[in-house]
Amino acid sequence: MSTALEHPTYNYKVVRQFAIMTVVWGIVGMLLGVILAAQLVWPQLNLDLPWTSFGRLRPLHTNAVIFAFGGSALFATSYYVVQRTCQTRLFSDKLAAFTFWGWQAVILSAVITLPLGYTTTKEYAELEWPINILIAVVWISYAIVFLMTVKQRKTSHIYVANWFFAAFILTVAVLHIVNNAAIPVTAMYSTSIYSGAIDAMVQWWYGHNAVGFFLTAGFLGMMYYFVPKQAERPVYSYRLSIVHFWALIMVYMWAGPHHLHYTALPNWAQSLGMIMSIILLAPSWGGMINGMMTLSGAWHKLRTDPTLRFLVVALSFYGMSTFEGPMMAVKTVNALSHYTDWTIGHVHAGALGWVAMITIGSMYHLIPRLFGRTEMHSVGLIAVHFWLATIGTVLYIASMWVNGILQGLMWRAINPDGTLMYTFIESVEASGPGYIVRLIGGLCWVVGMLIMAYNVTMTVKRGEGARQPLPQTA
Amino acid sequence: MDTGTFRGIITGLLILAFIGITVWAYSRRRKPDFDEAAQLPFADDDEQANRDKSASQDGAASRKSYSSKSKGDRNT
Repeated sequence: MSTALEHPTYNYKVVRQFAIMTVVWGIVGMLLGVILAAQLVWPQLNLDLPWTSFGRLRPLHTNAVIFAFGGSALFATSYYVVQRTCQTRLFSDKLAAFTFWGWQAVILSAVITLPLGYTTTKEYAELEWPINILIAVVWISYAIVFLMTVKQRKTSHIYVANWFFAAFILTVAVLHIVNNAAIPVTAMYSTSIYSGAIDAMVQWWYGHNAVGFFLTAGFLGMMYYFVPKQAERPVYSYRLSIVHFWALIMVYMWAGPHHLHYTALPNWAQSLGMIMSIILLAPSWGGMINGMMTLSGAWHKLRTDPTLRFLVVALSFYGMSTFEGPMMAVKTVNALSHYTDWTIGHVHAGALGWVAMITIGSMYHLIPRLFGRTEMHSVGLIAVHFWLATIGTVLYIASMWVNGILQGLMWRAINPDGTLMYTFIESVEASGPGYIVRLIGGLCWVVGMLIMAYNVTMTVKRGEGARQPLPQTA
Repeated sequence: MDTGTFRGIITGLLILAFIGITVWAYSRRRKPDFDEAAQLPFADDDEQANRDKSASQDGAASRKSYSSKSKGDRNT
């Protein structure tokens, strides 16, 4: 990167690196998703090879989109926001650079080991123990860089976005270390120290809080900075944001058991998970309303600003999926929805609609500023990306609703004599059309991301070109 | 004390903590501080890219004073 772009006070280099990798990993992760969606329509696409089979590519897809795409976005935005709202440089340039290269090393090792079949079998925590140790080291370094930067701030307040980022960083460290506690057996094989129902509960305590803190609290930090910034007005209610923060982090911790309804988990724990999941609606919607109302008096900006559109539609999908989640956590609804495609649709309403859209909106705000420009290369292409992403998400979740309810109803349908009305394969056949619609939705997303990559490339090139005459005039 | 009583006490304490935070956040005394904190994303604007001139006319002056005030408090 050109040194002409360096900010006098802030460390933008690491932010730029993570921002670019967000786009790169976004394309890789979503392309993997499209390949998997196509495999469900045409199973021959697994090529009859172990390395390209669904079971091995699926964890690679989830790791790539959550930890590579989402993770890079969180590193980039948290480093940017903490510097700008604390008005100070990152605590240590070297340690920040280590978090970048360390995190990329983690992702590369996932790309190698997962297709080879190395897995702990824990969902969203598939990576084996040597990689887990590297993750822990990188993550603790991240916590040190972030918290020390907050400590040496030049402002009296710690802006609310930094509270969310700090909670996300600290909680993910605890979740990762506790859930991956294991006894190494060989260089690439370990067994968890937990067993039975306790193993399942620890796994979903981790799994649900990965959603709550990695995919929610971290991205809410993004929301509390980039929505006010792009709308050019302060957050609707700062007081609400404080209540939102404490309520969200106190309640999320207890919702994990809803992943284990009607299993060997004690019934009281299942009910507790259900109740806490329903309560979770309140802080979730408090946050959504706070973000939405920030636009009051500025709604007209949506007409001309597709970046703001990304941010606001992300909040709409956040509101929708945080209503859907508590509903699906109700045991009677879960009896229908669990193990069906409805769950996958719900996850993607959150992952595409909320996480990816708030990330993309933030990146369209961030990237021109990082490369010395005031605006992306093409605002028109942002609008094209916006529509592709929105239509893609709607196609995805609508097809999975239909498939999920269809599967749930077919599986529970019984004849008068008590035998099952449908065989399992009949429900798979009935899901075919939904899988094609989902594939089209995914393709919309990948095309949108490729357009973003082009737009970002042009912005970076022009940004570097525009800055070159500066040293002569100075 | 049996487990049920213990759980009840914990639940009660959490409700009290929540009410406490809410009362604290919405107390009149905190308002000036929070108004200042809400302006932090705009406090260090080195470029005025994308700025809506009509909206920022009144905001810009007060923002300046907010950020200089906060520096006076604490920044050494």
